[in-house]
Amino acid sequence: MADNSGNNAYWSANLRLVTICLVIWALCSYGFAILLRPLISGIEVGGTDLGFWFAQQGSILVFLFLIFFYAWRMNKLDKEHGVDE
Amino acid sequence: MDQTTLNIIVVGLSFALYFGIAIWARAGSTSEFYAAGRGVNPVVNGMATAADWMSAASFISMAGLIAFVGYNNSLFLMGWTGGYVLMAMLLAPYLRKFGKYTVPEFIGDRYYSNTARVVGVICLIVISVTYVIGQMTGAGVAFSRFLEVEITTGLYIASAVVFVYAVLGGMKGITYTQVAQYCVLIIAYTIPAVFISLQLTGNPIPGLGLFSNMSEGLPGGVEAGVPLLTTLDGLLTDLGFNEYTATTNPWLMALYTLSLMIGTAGLPHVIIRFFTVPKVADARWSAGWALVFIALLYLTAPAVGAMARLNIITTMWPEGTQGEAVLQEDLPDWFQTWEVTGLLGVEDKNGDGRIQYTAGDDNELVTFNRDILVLANPEIAGLPGWVIALIAAGGIAAALSTAAGLLLAISSAISHDLIKSVINPNITEKGELLAARISMAGAIALATYLGLNPPGFAAQVVALAFGLAAATLFPALMMGIFSKRMNSAGATWGMIAGLVSTCTYLFLFLGVFFIPGTNALTPDQYLFGIPPTHFGPIGALFNFVVAYVVSGITAAPPKEIQDLVESVRIPRGAGAAVNK
Repeated sequence: MADNSGNNAYWSANLRLVTICLVIWALCSYGFAILLRPLISGIEVGGTDLGFWFAQQGSILVFLFLIFFYAWRMNKLDKEHGVDE
Repeated sequence: MDQTTLNIIVVGLSFALYFGIAIWARAGSTSEFYAAGRGVNPVVNGMATAADWMSAASFISMAGLIAFVGYNNSLFLMGWTGGYVLMAMLLAPYLRKFGKYTVPEFIGDRYYSNTARVVGVICLIVISVTYVIGQMTGAGVAFSRFLEVEITTGLYIASAVVFVYAVLGGMKGITYTQVAQYCVLIIAYTIPAVFISLQLTGNPIPGLGLFSNMSEGLPGGVEAGVPLLTTLDGLLTDLGFNEYTATTNPWLMALYTLSLMIGTAGLPHVIIRFFTVPKVADARWSAGWALVFIALLYLTAPAVGAMARLNIITTMWPEGTQGEAVLQEDLPDWFQTWEVTGLLGVEDKNGDGRIQYTAGDDNELVTFNRDILVLANPEIAGLPGWVIALIAAGGIAAALSTAAGLLLAISSAISHDLIKSVINPNITEKGELLAARISMAGAIALATYLGLNPPGFAAQVVALAFGLAAATLFPALMMGIFSKRMNSAGATWGMIAGLVSTCTYLFLFLGVFFIPGTNALTPDQYLFGIPPTHFGPIGALFNFVVAYVVSGITAAPPKEIQDLVESVRIPRGAGAAVNK
């Protein structure tokens, strides 16, 4: 096992990444799709507003992107910190 | 050949496929029974997870839920997908690294306490049993509707099918059956949707068709070139309904979404699917693939909902909402087919021989069960009989795959966490495998019994399952990974606080154990206007607060537990730690 200080750097990098991803996750679903919908209601998409699109499709696409991005970044971090297998 | 015969052939073929897989993927060890030998490819596991997750409710009911409410019910789309982000980043990879078989096992080992383990088992069983009732009744209804057998007979057939591949194959059999079930259900869902989207908008991809313009030559006074959603909003307001895209209460919508997301992430039958992949990195990828396969249905569902709603209106008002309503004798054939089932009903109240569909009291489309939207989709689109048969097989596949996953979660909690960990730790590998099979058979018998005699509260139980998963298991699992300081007393009292607060709030408004008439309070007394269905995040908050306070005033966990948390956080060694 790698020494403890290396693991700490790895873990804080992980926490930073998770935080960033979850901020985007919340912003798109709770934000754009629900609470901030009135703010972006001027932007039109296919006969309705951007908030409606986020609620029915956009947030799912963002979730998908986030999970794959997280997996890719973490697998890279694993290697950088020598904790991959 | 009549439709029922065709349905029986297609459904029968799908069963033959599941049985074939069951024989091929028999489980020979506890590792195979609980975790498919940890040899499942991440993409394959993603597909199995999608089938595991998408229940009869997703397949049959969700499009209707959205169609009849519109924007507000997008919360189901976001809630039932957004939980995967939490699961992928906060739970799945670490629990895979932990390298054991069940969710209560992590709770028991991490919190070095059989009390915590047993509380975990209780939470798991309450969540999974309530959830499985809906699946069994869903399968029974699908059988009776498409194969024209009694609901009871349908339920017995469903139980027998699950029995064969779940008892024989355990997680291994269930995994590969779920892959086949996913293929059946996604094909069944997509084909009618593509045709309807082509008819209405000329776009073959339903998800894009939803945001496209109307085609030419459509009935109901629909103007070509106008966006579909604008058209739908216009028609609905003409008839006195709410606008499809309108918002009502954003804060409650956000809270309900959060409840579904946290609940999804804490559902044990989904979490254990990630124990079947070889490595931590695979668990991360696999969560992404699961969402890809779920999204294929979830991006289509809102299109199916909106398009079906539009089709109904233009069917009822062929000359447009300002013209004459449809003559009763001109109603399409699928109307008659579904009127027989009692799910659809018209009544010519004013005796003009026409059926007026409006939002008011004079509405003459008196019954319209929202499940019809998906089930009758092929007929509405005028598609051939084999597509209808495919929908039957798809609905049954969706119910069976979820039921099997839940039954595995229940039986492994009993055989592994209660029998192996608490009651008889000296049980042999062979003995435990037998115990696992017997628990599975017992769980199926219980689920069948509850499906035949559904408790009066069937409608509310799903809210209970999500609320409890959010308020009990999710916080306990998350703190077990992210807080090294969290100790046994904190986690146990946290789970109890979540369990008790959620049950109390539900029972106060929905009746003690959901028995009608025993509710102490009425909806106008909701705390801050929060309905019981939305309570999950608040129960989770109670759990977190109690856990941190109790843990703060009691001793830190022992060194070896802190080392365990340390090791769960790094991926190296997950493959090697398997099956010890």
